[in-house]
Amino acid sequence: MSDEVTLFIDGVPVTVSASSTVCAALLEARAIALRRSVTGEPRGPLCGMGVCFECRVTIDGQPHRRSCQILCREGMDVRTDV
Amino acid sequence: MSVPTYDVVIVGAGIVGAACAAECAAEGLRVLVVEAEMVGGGATAAGMGHIVVMDDSEAQFELTLYSQRLWEELAEELPPSVEYDRCGTIWVAATEDEMRQAERKGKFYAERGVAVELLDARELREAEPRLRRDLWGGLRVPGDGVIYPPAAAHFLLSKARAHRTELIVGRAVIEATLGGEVRLQDGSNISSGIVINCAGSSSPKLTPQIKVQKRKGHLVITDRYAGFVRHQLVELGYLESAHAASSDSVAFNVQPRRTGQLLIGSSRQYGAEDARVDQGVLARMLNRAFAFMPGLADLSAIRVWTGFRAATPDNLPLIGPYAEGARLYLATGHEGLGITTSLGTAKLIVAQIMGRTPPISSEPFLPIRFMQESAHV
Amino acid sequence: MYETAHACDVLVIGGGPAGLAAASHAARCGRRVIIVDDNPRWGGQIWRRGSGEDESPQATSLFDEVRRAGVKFIGGAHVFNQLQDGSLLAEAADGVHRFSYEKLILATGARERFLPFPGWTLPNVMGAGGLQALVKSGLSIRRRRVVVAGSGPLLLAVAAHLRKRGAEVLLIAEQAPRARVLRFGLRLIEWPEKLLHLMRLQRYLFNVPYLTGCWPVMAHGRRKLERVTLKRGARLWEVACDYLACGFHLVPNAELAQLLGCETVDGAVWVDELQRTSRPEIYCAGEATGVGGVELALIEGQIAGCAAAGREDEARRLFAARQRARRFASALNAAFDLREELRELATEETIVCRCEDVRLGQLREFDSWRAAKLQTRCGMGPCQGRVCGAALEFLFGWRVTSIRPPLFPVQLRNLAYDPSSEAERVERG
Repeated sequence: MSDEVTLFIDGVPVTVSASSTVCAALLEARAIALRRSVTGEPRGPLCGMGVCFECRVTIDGQPHRRSCQILCREGMDVRTDV
Repeated sequence: MSVPTYDVVIVGAGIVGAACAAECAAEGLRVLVVEAEMVGGGATAAGMGHIVVMDDSEAQFELTLYSQRLWEELAEELPPSVEYDRCGTIWVAATEDEMRQAERKGKFYAERGVAVELLDARELREAEPRLRRDLWGGLRVPGDGVIYPPAAAHFLLSKARAHRTELIVGRAVIEATLGGEVRLQDGSNISSGIVINCAGSSSPKLTPQIKVQKRKGHLVITDRYAGFVRHQLVELGYLESAHAASSDSVAFNVQPRRTGQLLIGSSRQYGAEDARVDQGVLARMLNRAFAFMPGLADLSAIRVWTGFRAATPDNLPLIGPYAEGARLYLATGHEGLGITTSLGTAKLIVAQIMGRTPPISSEPFLPIRFMQESAHV
Repeated sequence: MYETAHACDVLVIGGGPAGLAAASHAARCGRRVIIVDDNPRWGGQIWRRGSGEDESPQATSLFDEVRRAGVKFIGGAHVFNQLQDGSLLAEAADGVHRFSYEKLILATGARERFLPFPGWTLPNVMGAGGLQALVKSGLSIRRRRVVVAGSGPLLLAVAAHLRKRGAEVLLIAEQAPRARVLRFGLRLIEWPEKLLHLMRLQRYLFNVPYLTGCWPVMAHGRRKLERVTLKRGARLWEVACDYLACGFHLVPNAELAQLLGCETVDGAVWVDELQRTSRPEIYCAGEATGVGGVELALIEGQIAGCAAAGREDEARRLFAARQRARRFASALNAAFDLREELRELATEETIVCRCEDVRLGQLREFDSWRAAKLQTRCGMGPCQGRVCGAALEFLFGWRVTSIRPPLFPVQLRNLAYDPSSEAERVERG
């Protein structure tokens, strides 16, 4: 098993450690916000442990996934909502 | 006996009580509303919030249509929190037989002046691409809509309060007497010219003789998926489900909310007093929904809740004096249509109180219909 | 639909210190034990493992114990509903898992309390534990300027961890007044292991100002955090930074217990001396019974594990140790009690409910959590009030009511789990 995986963040390939969560990978890739709030504010992660739902992104076509709870996988398609 | 301080005491600040308060207050009556828990917190909060025309009977059709027009008249006044959205309903036909039913239904509506549009299979797919592809078609009723009922109840009450209606929240009423008296749990009494029992599924607790039964329902709300569904969707088998008077039933009913969320129903259970979610019924209800719209299964559900409809034996509400000349009025038993018919109910009640000719026939809704029935037995 | 059924004598929810201790003790008494956890791996929030992380020796030895005791661990599974008494449903990547148990031990831990203040919704304003968790899961913090703020000993642990990872920790702002923190510090002599731990942290905190009686009043930035305004006494000043790691101590995760009908007191799960909840077959241990730190969590876990396995005698032997750890807990909670001024941080315009963007000013006319929720949508979003509920409890004294399934948002296909369709299920031990 390789230690690194390449995933796609808004279409751009990013290589990170396989033990990295999607949320960490997003911030590493310099994403500023991960989503827009219901009134359009930019938002990033808050709790880091799956409670606050601020880190939601679309993963492999599925919206509203908590990126802090999901480990990066090879070829994953991650879309931020900003 | 003390001198009545109020012309009307309304028990229950659900949407029906709130609508009655607004209407009575607009007539210049001195109104008090007593609510045991919170404004719009019972079936009003638990229901789907549709503003629909229904054709279960001529009487129901007339009351729902009249009420829907009242909502349209009110639309401009409604604050954004009420989320009034004329998304229209599509009655979905899964079989050839149901397609015939849709045609009959369309004819019935059209003959009575309600705009409808019959959709064939292709048109249905275009209108609602997420539905299963092999459905036969449907009937679109463009005038139907949805609202967020707790905010509507709040709005109607604030209208009433602008006319000096008083509101007591957090004190339970234990009895609403025929003589126009209200007994509170804390031992105090309030007397009034007229008392209106608007306590929904709790109304028999206050007036034990009335024929209202609890009918439990489940609902699920999803996260936001804007555009996933465009109309309120109901299977044509819905009325059958609503009619199944003895057994538990489920029917496909999905609603798009202004927020982009989807509200998914529906279930009906008699004799269930326990408000907890029944996993078996929930599973049946959702699987019914997946059968019509498979993509729903992938969506994220945020909450599930239950509520109790106030059901009557003939599926029509109880609107009017408890008996000839009684000072106790009833405005309850609206089953799943209380949100739509709250406004019409309030108009009927006020016409009765003021001794005016009602805007539509109030005959079919008079509580006395069950009294006569029991008298004959 | 994929469904997996598990049966065990003792089911433990949560794989942090309390859950692991409970599981190893119950298993050593010969019970078949399963731990279910939201996270892919055990360790909980405090022992969350990440890339290149060195484990605390305490954690390593407990992990070994749990392994040796033959405890089964199911990670990445979120418990969302009770099917019936003695049976819980969880959602995992591969579908629904159903757990049947004789005894249940809830070790659901705690989460950070967040308080609203102007700018707290800006990206890069995070929880203190929140930023630490992200760093443990792959975020590089090297040379980033961080202000750590809020309340509680967690701030020190977070600051030390971030510094170890190369962050430039500008300062630690602790809201508790200096006198209270000092008194607490002096009392630490009663718990040498805590003192030792603090001294270990101090090594990494050399030169980092620890400002008591200090808290953030506003975060600034256009698209993300750029500066934070801090207040200490009459002084207000701005600090430019990349991250604000801010949490106001912890609140128990009591939602599952509440769903199961266990009584709570002040937001924490009520337990008797054997860690039994108001429902006799359900036990609770660790932060969910009240925030008290890792030692208390471990002891409570051990007691719950023994008691659930029917070894009351062994459980009783641990009561004295628990008493000692509880004294620490009450000293801790007294020292880091939140000051009144924090109630005034949010303005009418400040967002309180981040899911639905409900502002403080919208909430004022209501007198209860449910009334406000019904009329403003506050707490109706996917976090289900976990963030704003704890804040409003502090701000208005409201209690979050109506805990309902699903405990967390779940896929509809999993919510539609049909208890009557037993056929497709795979039975696993």
